[in-house]
Amino acid sequence: MTSEPMTAAQKVAHPADDAAVAPIAKAKPVKAVRAMIDRYTWYEYAAIYAGIALFLFFVLAPFIEGFMVSLKPLSRLFSSPYSFWPKEGSLTAYFTMWESVPGFWRYIVNSLFISTTATVIVLIMVVPAAYAFARFPFPGRGALLGAFLAVNMFSGAVLLIPLFRLMRQMGLLNTYWAMIVPGAAFLIPSAIWLLRTYMMRIPRELDEAAWVDGASRLYTLRRVILPIAMPGIAVVAITTFIGAYAQQFIFALTFNSKTEFMPLAIGLFAYFGRQEVVWNELMAASFVGIAPVLILIVFLQRYLVAGLTAGAVKT
Amino acid sequence: MTGTRSASIFAFALLAPALIYIIAIVAYPLVDTINLSFTNAALRPAYDWVGWANYQKIFGANFGEVIVRTFVWTFFSVSIKMIIGTCGAVLLNAAVPGRALFRILTMPPWVVPMAIGIFMWGWMYNGQFGMISGLLQNFGIVDGPVAWLAYGNTAFWATIVTDVWIGVPLVTIYLLAAMQSIPRDLYEAAWTDGAGRFYRFRRITLPMIIPAMVTMSLLSLIATFNSFDIIWILTRGGPSGSTTTMIIDTYKTAIGSYKYGEGAARAVMICIFLSLFCLAYFRVVGKINTGERA
Repeated sequence: MTSEPMTAAQKVAHPADDAAVAPIAKAKPVKAVRAMIDRYTWYEYAAIYAGIALFLFFVLAPFIEGFMVSLKPLSRLFSSPYSFWPKEGSLTAYFTMWESVPGFWRYIVNSLFISTTATVIVLIMVVPAAYAFARFPFPGRGALLGAFLAVNMFSGAVLLIPLFRLMRQMGLLNTYWAMIVPGAAFLIPSAIWLLRTYMMRIPRELDEAAWVDGASRLYTLRRVILPIAMPGIAVVAITTFIGAYAQQFIFALTFNSKTEFMPLAIGLFAYFGRQEVVWNELMAASFVGIAPVLILIVFLQRYLVAGLTAGAVKT
Repeated sequence: MTGTRSASIFAFALLAPALIYIIAIVAYPLVDTINLSFTNAALRPAYDWVGWANYQKIFGANFGEVIVRTFVWTFFSVSIKMIIGTCGAVLLNAAVPGRALFRILTMPPWVVPMAIGIFMWGWMYNGQFGMISGLLQNFGIVDGPVAWLAYGNTAFWATIVTDVWIGVPLVTIYLLAAMQSIPRDLYEAAWTDGAGRFYRFRRITLPMIIPAMVTMSLLSLIATFNSFDIIWILTRGGPSGSTTTMIIDTYKTAIGSYKYGEGAARAVMICIFLSLFCLAYFRVVGKINTGERA
């Protein structure tokens, strides 16, 4: 009856579940157990926080160091001995970076444009496809879904040569499309997987009710399924956008040489001077460049984690 | 619903855009790669069929060395990612105040543009002024500056560390989700029976997340094998080839020296390995559950 796939974890869970039934019957009141089970001794607290601190230090060290660098004057930066805290620190680099590379704002706009367009393309492709996979038992469905997922294993780097030729044939080299078109292709498989999982949770009875009322299949998709699937589509849109924003390197490096179309990742190389890298401005520019994503994460963090893990744990 | 045949047709119509897109941008280039690998294609438009010459050429050179290096690099990167990611997930799964914030703080390496994180590492590896060499000197662990990216051995490990750094958030959040989907009843029952925290971890958490760990290892293996940006930005495969993995090697041959045919042959070799990993993945994860029972 249910179309929900059983996760690997659930499969493992069942035998253990049965074994657990008996003790639960004689368990203390549930609330008390919940409170007790999460109670830590002081040394457990200390160990957990120390571990988290170490873990987060590894994860955040480059950002912390990058931020410190962005505050240091260049002369201070290239001096020994090393000091972590900026002496004579200032926000100067955040102002001078716009003068050193006057077109910098353009790179951010390009990055946002490329990611947004790629996301729109992915959504147009993925919404109908995910619905088809979630609802219709057409022949070859498993194989086709597998084929889509197999796309995930190729990175752009492996297919770079023919893609380069393809872009040249289509006359797309040195345009936005040379970065958008291949980029979107590699974002489609995970998006299908994510949205399919979401759509399978929509009760089938809704489709059937619409069918009984004489609605066409397309009408059902547009007027019944789409509105309900909106939260799922939003999650897919956010993750796709972030993926597109994060992974603009190899296609931009290879398929575009025009400064005016360069995304952030390539544009930052403008701070690599002939003699030396203007590190403090490079770091300042990096923080300006990641600001849009950081804002997204802070506001949409819950959806992001929900979306990514929904797709992930089901595999 | 009535009409399975018209339903199938409708389903294929829905699939068509995505399918055509993937065929044009992924499947056709894949076939073209195989085709090109038997030619001497280069910058000039005309090229000839050369049979297995490209393959003979690459195996006559130091290709075996590149393959071994790629596997060693990938092995260490994936293993360290899994170890740190599992530790991170266990820590973030603890019910301590502030954990919601800690989870957000885990995500940046994964969601910011990769190139930016890599630039930051590039600075940290700087021998004269970088953080790692600087702190090690300040604490008296090393005597003089260590330029991590200047020597083959240290550059090899430096690129692994950066790759681990980028991969850890996904592993952590994925395993954390797996841990949180474990029914709490299990823990409560075990607790009632007097099982300690470590025992509960070993007998409940660990067995329950093993499937997720295997899945993640394989996904991570595929992604790591394909890793390009990190090595390219940090070392371009150097110094003297010590960080040249198969992907970098292919890029240098094809895009750097315009030897499309030979580059394609190298790309085909990568595809063969990736297909093996992919087969392992589908095997382990089991046949894809398409809800056939419905």
